[in-house]
Amino acid sequence: MPRTTIAEFSVESLEILAPDGSVDEELEPSLSEETLFDIYRTMRRARRLDERAVALQRRGELGTYAPGVGQEAAQVASAAALAEDDWVVPAFREQAALLTRGASMENVLAYAMGLEEGAESSAEDRALPPAIPVGSQALHAVGIGWAQAIRDEDAAAIAYFGDGATSTGDVYEALNSAGAYGAHTVFLCQNNQYAISTPRENQTRAETLAQKAVAAGIDGIQVDGNDALAVYEATRLALERAREGDPVLVEALTYRRSMHTTSDDPRKYREEEEEVDWDRRDPIARFEAYLRGRGILTDERVEELAAEIEAELEDAIAAAKGTAAEADPADMFEYAYAETPPWLKRQAAAFEGGEADGE
Amino acid sequence: MASDLRLVEAVKATLGEEMARDDSVVLYGEDVGVAGGVFRATDGLLDEFPNRVYDSPLGESGIVGTGVGLAAAGMRPVAEIQFQSFLYQGFAQLQQHAARLRSRSRGGFACPMTIRTPYGGGIHALEHHSESFEAGFAHVPGLKVVIPSSPADGKGLLAASIRDPDPVVFMEPTRLYRSLRESVPDGDHVVPLGEATVAEEGADVTVVAWGSMLQRTLSAVDDVDADVEVVDPRTIYPLDTDTITESVKKTGRCVVVHEAPGTAGFGAEIVSRLTETAFYHLEAPPERVTGYDVPVPMFAREDAYLPDEERIAAGIRRAVEA
Ligand SMILES: Cc1ncc(C[n+]2csc(CCOP(=O)(O)OP(=O)(O)O)c2C)c(N)n1
Repeated sequence: MPRTTIAEFSVESLEILAPDGSVDEELEPSLSEETLFDIYRTMRRARRLDERAVALQRRGELGTYAPGVGQEAAQVASAAALAEDDWVVPAFREQAALLTRGASMENVLAYAMGLEEGAESSAEDRALPPAIPVGSQALHAVGIGWAQAIRDEDAAAIAYFGDGATSTGDVYEALNSAGAYGAHTVFLCQNNQYAISTPRENQTRAETLAQKAVAAGIDGIQVDGNDALAVYEATRLALERAREGDPVLVEALTYRRSMHTTSDDPRKYREEEEEVDWDRRDPIARFEAYLRGRGILTDERVEELAAEIEAELEDAIAAAKGTAAEADPADMFEYAYAETPPWLKRQAAAFEGGEADGE
Repeated sequence: MASDLRLVEAVKATLGEEMARDDSVVLYGEDVGVAGGVFRATDGLLDEFPNRVYDSPLGESGIVGTGVGLAAAGMRPVAEIQFQSFLYQGFAQLQQHAARLRSRSRGGFACPMTIRTPYGGGIHALEHHSESFEAGFAHVPGLKVVIPSSPADGKGLLAASIRDPDPVVFMEPTRLYRSLRESVPDGDHVVPLGEATVAEEGADVTVVAWGSMLQRTLSAVDDVDADVEVVDPRTIYPLDTDTITESVKKTGRCVVVHEAPGTAGFGAEIVSRLTETAFYHLEAPPERVTGYDVPVPMFAREDAYLPDEERIAAGIRRAVEA
């Protein structure tokens, strides 16, 4: 009886833009100056939104907030690779990806103020509301991508999740089901090195997260998640394959530079040295150096943009506060069912009438 | 026109008719395609609708979760969970996503998904194949919970569930799949959700029973020296409180029969509602005849667990004589 190797696998990694802003010209995607600037602009908007949101939370004006500082390239560049009718299926830290898709800062802030208004969405938006249960949303992206396959349509769905999520059964079921159904789905894992305080090493013994695709029979690739060009290119290629019914898992290696959420203190579980090291690899600074090198960005344009973003933020904060001020609590009865069942109508009527529960 | 059908045949016929009526209906689940389902409830549908019936990978969270995505993308998924017990594996997706999608998106998205699942005891199945968790599903706002107790209602309620804009857990009593035949209307037959039916009229006491307990109740009343009214809610949520209340106002007495454990079972909800809607009409303490508060035993002891005609009749007598 022989003992032979019947299968072997490898995992590729893709880098295009070095931390100093220099680029591998052979791999450089051909993107218009407008697209490049848009990616930069949205990364900057996302960064400022996160910073302001944390500050607002500290002043008691927002609830718990999960900033994505440091992950802007992974989110913005991947979402920028989507076609208009592709779907975004976010986790709870995907402000940057959602902004790329046209969501407003106002919505992000309203959601953080505890208002469903901020998650209001429909099939026209091609985005699902944020998903809080870790990993659960990957399956929704499979369902959407599967629907495209059934109907023989071209659109694809991209699911965002973190390194911790790859340990959940739902993510495994999602990878596996996507392969079995030939779903038009791309899985964008942002390996930001920590699931709250649990480092990536404690999460799994697997050497890469991209290889989690192997057991599901789909392709996996690792990409420098702080390199907007590499993320864009990897996602673009993955989407191309997904549209043909070959789902792909992209692992974007990145770092969550701030806290897990506003109720977390990362000093308890990580060293400053590590943080400084990752600061040097900041995705925005790197992309900015590249754009300056190409003459797309000037000091003046950068300043102008900063002012635009501050103005946008002020408006968004005011608008979200306006929504909060007008929020009608009776609204909670409105959307539980397409048609409110009789017993629930009685509860709603009692609530409106300020009566005790019941008759 | 009507045909003489068993519950499982009525289910199959309805699935086929609904798929023919609406292109967006897709059917999937473990072994539902080539094999036609372990109870044969989907037998032949793959041949009839080659691109709309799928053998899913094994994994209930995946079955429910992909359904949420299918629904968000405009399909009408009808998923089978092989046995209700294994829907616990998909419960998180059901509770956290399917049931909340409409609220969370402020009506932007709906989740018109039907989850069909055989449930309940009495067929000498393996361990973990006999549970009845209707109360748990009813406890999840945003879900509807439907339990037919006859082939005709099986057809009418399943059609209504598939057409419903909200997620429905459709629980099919395994014990009734093949044990009962009745005349089922051909063609479009829809029984609206949220409407109870009076299975037998009477003046002395109201018995509320559903699923496989309905038939047992109907035969138990023959042994009772009283004029018993039997109400089948058919929909657990939304519950038709009015029909039950009207009946109890008329009879002044009430017994709830279900095979799930009594503690926090759905009977508790019914009795609680009656204390709100009919308290001053009650002439006796409400009675509950239910499964015991133990894990459903394996089949050698199953008969001792499930309420039988004797226990049901005794419960009715207690209510009448109190
Ligand atoms: C099912 C589930 N378990 C636990 C939690 C609590 N929780 C919230 S975020 C988180 C860590 C997630 O880590 P990862 O997937 O790496 O994403 P990241 O937060 O790094 O973006 C945990 C444990 C949750 N939201 N959902």
